[in-house]
Amino acid sequence: MAQATSPPEAPEVIDEARARRYSSDAAGLGRLRAGAFVAPALALIAVFLVFPALWVLYLGLTNYRLTGTAAAEPKLVGFDNFVKAVSDPAFWNSTWLTVQFVLGSAVIGQVVLGFTIAWLMRDRTGPLKRAVEGLVILAWILPSAVVSFLWVALLDRDGGTLQALLHLPGFAPLLDHPMLSIVVFNTWRGAAFSMMLYGAALGNVPPSHLESARLAGASGWQQLRDVVFPHIRGHILTNLLLISLWTFNDFTPFMLTAGGPDGQTEVLAVHVYKVALLGQELGYGAAVSTVILLINLVVAVFYLRLLRSKK
Amino acid sequence: MAAIELRGLTKVYPGGVKALDSLDLAIPDGEFFALLGPSGCGKTTLLRTIAGLETATGGAVVIGDRDVTGVQPGARDIAMVFQDYALFPHMDVTDNIAYPLRIKKVGKADRQRKALEVGTRLGLDQLMDRRPGQLSGGQQQRVALARVMATQAKAFLFDEPLSNLDARLRLEARTFLKKLQRELGVTTVFVTHDQAEALAMADRMAVMEAGHIRQIGTPAEVFQRPANTFVAAFIGSTPMNLLDGTVRGDTLEVAGCKVPVPVSAEGLLVDGERIVYGVRPEYNTYSAEPAEGSLGGKVAIVENLGASHLVTLEVGDVLVQAVVPEGDEPELGVDGFATPRRDRALVYRDGELVSA
Ligand SMILES: Nc1ncnc2c1ncn2[C@@H]1O[C@H](COP(=O)(O)OP(=O)(O)OP(=O)(O)O)[C@@H](O)[C@H]1O
Ligand SMILES: [Mg+2]
Repeated sequence: MAQATSPPEAPEVIDEARARRYSSDAAGLGRLRAGAFVAPALALIAVFLVFPALWVLYLGLTNYRLTGTAAAEPKLVGFDNFVKAVSDPAFWNSTWLTVQFVLGSAVIGQVVLGFTIAWLMRDRTGPLKRAVEGLVILAWILPSAVVSFLWVALLDRDGGTLQALLHLPGFAPLLDHPMLSIVVFNTWRGAAFSMMLYGAALGNVPPSHLESARLAGASGWQQLRDVVFPHIRGHILTNLLLISLWTFNDFTPFMLTAGGPDGQTEVLAVHVYKVALLGQELGYGAAVSTVILLINLVVAVFYLRLLRSKK
Repeated sequence: MAAIELRGLTKVYPGGVKALDSLDLAIPDGEFFALLGPSGCGKTTLLRTIAGLETATGGAVVIGDRDVTGVQPGARDIAMVFQDYALFPHMDVTDNIAYPLRIKKVGKADRQRKALEVGTRLGLDQLMDRRPGQLSGGQQQRVALARVMATQAKAFLFDEPLSNLDARLRLEARTFLKKLQRELGVTTVFVTHDQAEALAMADRMAVMEAGHIRQIGTPAEVFQRPANTFVAAFIGSTPMNLLDGTVRGDTLEVAGCKVPVPVSAEGLLVDGERIVYGVRPEYNTYSAEPAEGSLGGKVAIVENLGASHLVTLEVGDVLVQAVVPEGDEPELGVDGFATPRRDRALVYRDGELVSA
């Protein structure tokens, strides 16, 4: 309305001012009102993410315990906790177990299983595809407590479903092959994410490229190597980054094996739980958590580097 | 190098679309064959079925003297250029051209030499280290051609390889492709929906409609003597005049005027029967005065075609078009007369050409 009544040269001025404003503030709300919109989200992030993270950093520097005098008045002990952590063989043992768990169940298990299902289902439609995808996704969305119970019921030495079906005396996978058990469990549980991600990625591979390779006589494996993988390289790396970090920090194995037997499945998440809550050494647990955070950062930087080095 | 023969080829897509309907076609060895037709008539399907990328629902595909109907695409000895060229973005030009050779387990040195040789022939020798993303559309097209040439396949299949190029480049590529095919002498099937392309390049061409071939012939035959009204209406830069008429003894009554029976239909018509009279605007002579056997009416539209004009006359309640040389174009609304060339006009009975 203002433009309609203003003299001919005025609109230019208004437009210029508006252009300047729009360049920094697309919604035209102004700083104050825009700030009011994001404030609730920022407050939540601060309270539930930033503060606990900083609190853990602080706790790691103290001798804070769950009970006793050190719980009432924790004292700063400098880097003692960190020194203790990196010189503790149990910590390195847990780290090694975690690496096995991540490589076995995420990098190999979930990626291979997820990709294989996505590849086999790529051209299919209809009930078979829906059934397979439905089952895989079901494993992913059920609560951890529920699926853990199902697997314990399946693998248990006395009265487990597998035992009842196969009648193998002394067959106790959770006791004899605990790491293999949690790797298989986590592969089964997490394959859905990779399957969906690769399913979407495969849809982006131009059919003519695959056909061109087929016309040249390329085998199934050659088509994967020469056409599919180069096309979905970014998806593969993003997928690896996400599931590596999730698996690294995953606590669910505890519900299957409780870290045992004899610490054979005490991955880092379980290790922290044991020292901080069962051992009551909150300060030490916080220090271990900080080291885990650093390892996570290294892994993330590694993948992001690979992603960026896209030629 | 081999001939291609299709026998009763049928393709029904899941969902019931009959894209090819019992189609017979024989393409001799070394021929440059164009497939032309409106969108959705089954050209791409035909090409893909020859390549083996679609399995035929019925009928047979024979390449050379081998029935390849059930053979995998990779074992058919056929190379195809896709509309989007399908160059692999992560490989450089050399690797792209040499890819089929690599699959055939040709040694690295040999295939690089071959890639350079073919690339040089297509003027790509300066670009051999680039990736497809660093090439222009025309260069990408030549890489796709080079890849096909390096395979030494028995036949080439092109699916609208020029449609991504701009108008100028298209003309150049057209000439280039034709010359190349001549030199190589490889049987080539070329899909296009640009009829100028088909007319200019092909040794022979087929016009398709809804899964059927409506006419096969040399471009000259198809242009001058369309076998039916579908082809007549489809072919030509300006559509043919197709006018309802009745046979009246030695003459035809068309749009209220009398025109002589065309040479091609002489002695083949029955007095009183209803026919369709066809004449291309290019074969209509325009005059401001009435002439023997002319169609007279009012000038309704004059369109500029560059070196000539397309004049549309209202003759009774039908429209008749004629091409008029530059400088001779009439004013709108004046009386005008179009005289069809008797040796070029055609007569259709029930949609099919009447001829001896
Ligand atoms: N994968 C498919 N599934 C089902 N129907 C299809 C499929 N591909 C093509 N069709 C149908 O088959 C018919 C022929 O398609 P085709 O792609 O061969 O046409 P075309 O002549 O190449 O057309 P255009 O000039 O537009 O490329 C069309 O009716 C099309 O809708
Ligand atoms: Mg097509």
